[in-house]
Amino acid sequence: MSGNVRPRGGFAERTVNGLLEAMERAMLAETNAAGTGWLQRLDPRVKLAGLLSLVTAVAMSHRAEVIAALFGVGIAIAIASRLPLSTLLSGVSLATVAFSSALALPAIFLTPGRTVGTAPVVGWTITAQGLTTAGYLVLRVAATTTLGFLLVFSTRWAHVLKALRAFRVPVVFVVILGMTYRYILLLLEAARDMFDARRSRTVGPLTGGERRRLVTQGAGVLLAKSLHLSGEVFLAMQARGFRGEVYLLDDFVMARTDWIALASCAGVALAAMWAGR
Amino acid sequence: MHVPDGYLSPATCAALYAGAAPFWFVALRRLERTLHTRLVPRVSLFAAFSFVVMMFNIPLPGGTTGHAVGMALAAIVLGPAGAILAISTALIIQAFFFGDGGITAIGANCFNMAIVGSLVAFVVYRVLAGRAPLDSPRRVVAAGLAGYVAINAAALVTAIEFGLQPLLFLDASGAPLYCPYPLSVAVPAMMIGHLTIAGIAELVLTGGVVAFLQRTDPALLAATAGRGVMAIAGNSAAASGGLRPLWITLGVLLVLTPLGLLAGGAAWGEWQASDFSDAASRQAIAAASLGQPPPATPPRGLERFSSTWTAPLPDYAPPFLRSAPVGYALSAMFGAGLVILAITGIAALLRVRQRAGTADDTVRL
Repeated sequence: MSGNVRPRGGFAERTVNGLLEAMERAMLAETNAAGTGWLQRLDPRVKLAGLLSLVTAVAMSHRAEVIAALFGVGIAIAIASRLPLSTLLSGVSLATVAFSSALALPAIFLTPGRTVGTAPVVGWTITAQGLTTAGYLVLRVAATTTLGFLLVFSTRWAHVLKALRAFRVPVVFVVILGMTYRYILLLLEAARDMFDARRSRTVGPLTGGERRRLVTQGAGVLLAKSLHLSGEVFLAMQARGFRGEVYLLDDFVMARTDWIALASCAGVALAAMWAGR
Repeated sequence: MHVPDGYLSPATCAALYAGAAPFWFVALRRLERTLHTRLVPRVSLFAAFSFVVMMFNIPLPGGTTGHAVGMALAAIVLGPAGAILAISTALIIQAFFFGDGGITAIGANCFNMAIVGSLVAFVVYRVLAGRAPLDSPRRVVAAGLAGYVAINAAALVTAIEFGLQPLLFLDASGAPLYCPYPLSVAVPAMMIGHLTIAGIAELVLTGGVVAFLQRTDPALLAATAGRGVMAIAGNSAAASGGLRPLWITLGVLLVLTPLGLLAGGAAWGEWQASDFSDAASRQAIAAASLGQPPPATPPRGLERFSSTWTAPLPDYAPPFLRSAPVGYALSAMFGAGLVILAITGIAALLRVRQRAGTADDTVRL
């Protein structure tokens, strides 16, 4: 599972590559979460509450400069937490922002308002309102994606889930989320092995129908395997005394730095909401 | 289809969280009743499967590839309640962990794909598959079409959410604060992609996997095949206790209907012939139509057909009531009552037909 760029190929290669990238992302997040940066040292509940308050402030702001400032706050937190900024920006935020920019581009011409110029060659009218709305969209997506990934890249998934309990998310749902994540990794590996095995036995090009059959049969096998596995997991849980009640060990303790971080995030979020109203 | 952060206003996101919550609650209660201690591993594993299958590149006719959501497959194997929880779980993990779909938009994505998609898929599959045997080709066609219709229904709901943003949320200069495209752009833009590529990907995946399961493990299709073999999903709607939150929500919505009186002007496209000759109405129509002035005279068709039918409660204001809010609420109750009456009637008819069918089978045995 190296981070090398793999050549893009047919649908099977693309599927395998996608599965590998997902596994790599999971590994990278776990590795970064074990770091010693500012965010990594904070209580997961503080990170969840603080970053969600900043995301909410981004969503509620009516001014582009305020959203841009919150994006800057996200970048500053990433630097302070020694998170891989290049990975965060190139692999995550830029892809999302590029997609949103492509979606926002027509709005520059389609949104009615005060004309500020025309596009060269095609001669379409560019409006001030169109530029503003495209700016809102791209900035909001950049800021929220970065803030969201700060949480994931600095916190172990198990801790994110445990922190959800502080927000009164039902315990059964938290356990389902935790178990799902664990088995996603297992099924990703099973799916990758399945496609790899099939690819290694395939000589020559497949017809469209054969390729579709390959994918649907793969999905069918994976489905049957998942449900079979759920039966086995259930029996294993029963064997360990599971009777339907779920308990989590809530062992987080708030330190002074956690309170300061929480107050800072809440303060920045409230200030942004006020400035961007 | 996965709505990122920034495309929907916080108010829309909050409304869709609130809209999804009763469905999550009912689905969880129903599954707890039917699956008991098996709930956690069953939903978790299926959610993990849904997550992985969303990453499959599905080869489509014409040489392109597409991704499916797997909502119809989940609805067919687990039933609607299981599908709602499993797909929601997969979407939440996608949003938190992979940035696919926004964190503030989790409610919207779950509402569109997990709830609307799963319920539409389940209904279409049950209606089209009828009482066909588990290994019937009819079930494969029904499953494929259920997937196709479900993803398009989810896309339409998403497009409507997008299209409402520029009508409702503008900054001081008139620039849209969130998704900038009105319904006239958002709906075709979303639907073209889903009616072609995404819809066919969902059709291929759902139909293909159901055909595969028919050959290898047909028992997995029994839960939602009618006259339930496995009571996974709690298909019977007779468990009225589980529907209580929905009834309460309906009641609250009925009470809140007079809020509609706060909205100024007429809804876009719901104009009367007389509005075209009234200066103030003409101005309102132009403002709501992105500055496009309305025609000088009412369209001929509108003029001709507007008097064909006179509603018994015109403008949600019964003539015998002086209070507009009371009239509004009464109209809502009357309308909801009619819908409930019609559905109850259809359900009763279907029950009679089902009983007659069961009697036939007994005689044949």
